[in-house]
Amino acid sequence: MSIQAKDVEHVAKLARLNLSEEEKEMFTEQLNAILQYVEKLNELDTENVEPTTHVLHLSNVMREDVVQESLPEEKVFRNAPEEEDGQFKVPAILE
Amino acid sequence: MTLFDLRLQELHNRLHDKEVSVADLVGEAFAKIAEREERVKAYLTLDEEGARAKAAELDAKLAAGEARGLLFGLPAGIKDNMVTEGLRTTCASQFLKNYDPIYDATVVSKLKAADAVTIGKLNMDEFAMGGSNENSSFYATRNPWDLTRVPGGSSGGSAAAVAAGEAYFALGSDTGGSIRQPASYCGVVGLKPTYGLVSRYGLVAFASSLDQIGPITKNVEDSAYVLQAIAGHDPKDSTSANVSIPDYLSALTGDVKGLRIGVPKQYLEGLDSQLKEAVLESLKVFESLGAVWEEISLPHTEYAVAAYYLLASSEASSNLSRFDGVRYGVRADSSNLLELYHESRSQGFGPEVKRRIMLGTYALSSGYYDAYYLKAQKVRTLIKQDFDRAFEKYDVIIGPTAPTAAFPLGSQVDDPLTMYLNDILTIPVSLAGVPAISVPCGMADGLPVGLQIIGKAFDESTVLRAAHAFEVHTEYHKRRPSL
Repeated sequence: MSIQAKDVEHVAKLARLNLSEEEKEMFTEQLNAILQYVEKLNELDTENVEPTTHVLHLSNVMREDVVQESLPEEKVFRNAPEEEDGQFKVPAILE
Repeated sequence: MTLFDLRLQELHNRLHDKEVSVADLVGEAFAKIAEREERVKAYLTLDEEGARAKAAELDAKLAAGEARGLLFGLPAGIKDNMVTEGLRTTCASQFLKNYDPIYDATVVSKLKAADAVTIGKLNMDEFAMGGSNENSSFYATRNPWDLTRVPGGSSGGSAAAVAAGEAYFALGSDTGGSIRQPASYCGVVGLKPTYGLVSRYGLVAFASSLDQIGPITKNVEDSAYVLQAIAGHDPKDSTSANVSIPDYLSALTGDVKGLRIGVPKQYLEGLDSQLKEAVLESLKVFESLGAVWEEISLPHTEYAVAAYYLLASSEASSNLSRFDGVRYGVRADSSNLLELYHESRSQGFGPEVKRRIMLGTYALSSGYYDAYYLKAQKVRTLIKQDFDRAFEKYDVIIGPTAPTAAFPLGSQVDDPLTMYLNDILTIPVSLAGVPAISVPCGMADGLPVGLQIIGKAFDESTVLRAAHAFEVHTEYHKRRPSL
């Protein structure tokens, strides 16, 4: 499987990245080299192998459903690029 | 001999006996920083004022005879992907260049509770993605043994700071070798604990099923000492293991008689001759102490890097989706929300981070998930089974930490795949989730190289015991770079 510039553009869109023409060209080349390398995995028959998502055998981890203290507003907005009336401010989503 | 050359436990005792003060230790660390940091560039943020104030506070506690924590007065550097309230945390990324954390990571709380002194935040590859520190968006850290070479990565600042005497110990994080490989390159000791032993709460996530925090120290005893302070279950990290924590220092008996060592033939194949020699000489040390070693096979080793880059990048692409420019970090100027996301991320992330996000997004995208992500997860199972089988017969597995010593700055930046292959000996361990330590075991062309000792899950005690026995019968860990 070889990927083209249009595939890179599609993936960049999914990843919410704007790429320059130069970056598109570079990533097309580099991703192809990496994907060619990972083709190696197809040498292995994994038909009857279970996937490992995680090395620890954990099932759902629960805590007691107890109300705990919330963060103060000062902390929540300490790093906010823009805020107004106790809310994060962003450009209008709907016209 | 300087204070820095003393073991942490010895310093603890000298503080108790009032032979030295915390101000002395902190003063010595900042003297080294003043002398060397301009060349080494290990730190991104220094907190001299905070550290000196903390020293005064701790010295007052000492004078008043109050109880002292395990790491009382010891100057520590913290990798800049662990959040520190009130102390800038950047992940070496422009995206977070002004990020002011609103809480402490659990490991940071634990260091504070143990009375350690934070010197500053250490340089790294951006978001821990890289093996040379050249992916830091601020500046590249230099190897204290040769300033024209890389310190390794991604915890390169942590390893370089300890090697240069700019921190008495440091915390690093390891996803595919990011503690062990820089420790090897810088001639210090780096321990990646079992996945889940140390809380990841407040560690900025790269690949959540692999990330693990561990100590970088001058010697194995210090490694055990710091691990004692940071290990343990944390309700705030749902993947934190609920296991009882043994007394690691008491495991350091010096006795490895009868220890069964497996040496994977795959780890020695094609290895640089000086490195191979160093590993074989190290095995002779173990033999002389009554341990036995045999060559073994971990047949899926050659597939580990491919599986790792798919899995780690996929997890990263998901984890880094939180950096959207809305709540913190870089925000691009845009009147359109979707464009704001795109531009903020494009401005904030460097090339390696973008590359991994792209690879991970592709591997997870519709139509490719089974071929890449699921396939890699299945290969991960095979790699883990290699270790499971080996540990039925052997107590530890030993090999080199990295296939080479530190390489020159700039020599691999244009070739991501070659850079990825530097991690071929550390990645399988990360995929299996087991603990491993890198200890200095010799020199190659004047540069330090490391021996990797791998253990069973949650058997850090045996790993540390073996590493310590090796260390007390060798002198490599006592070498210091002349800077």
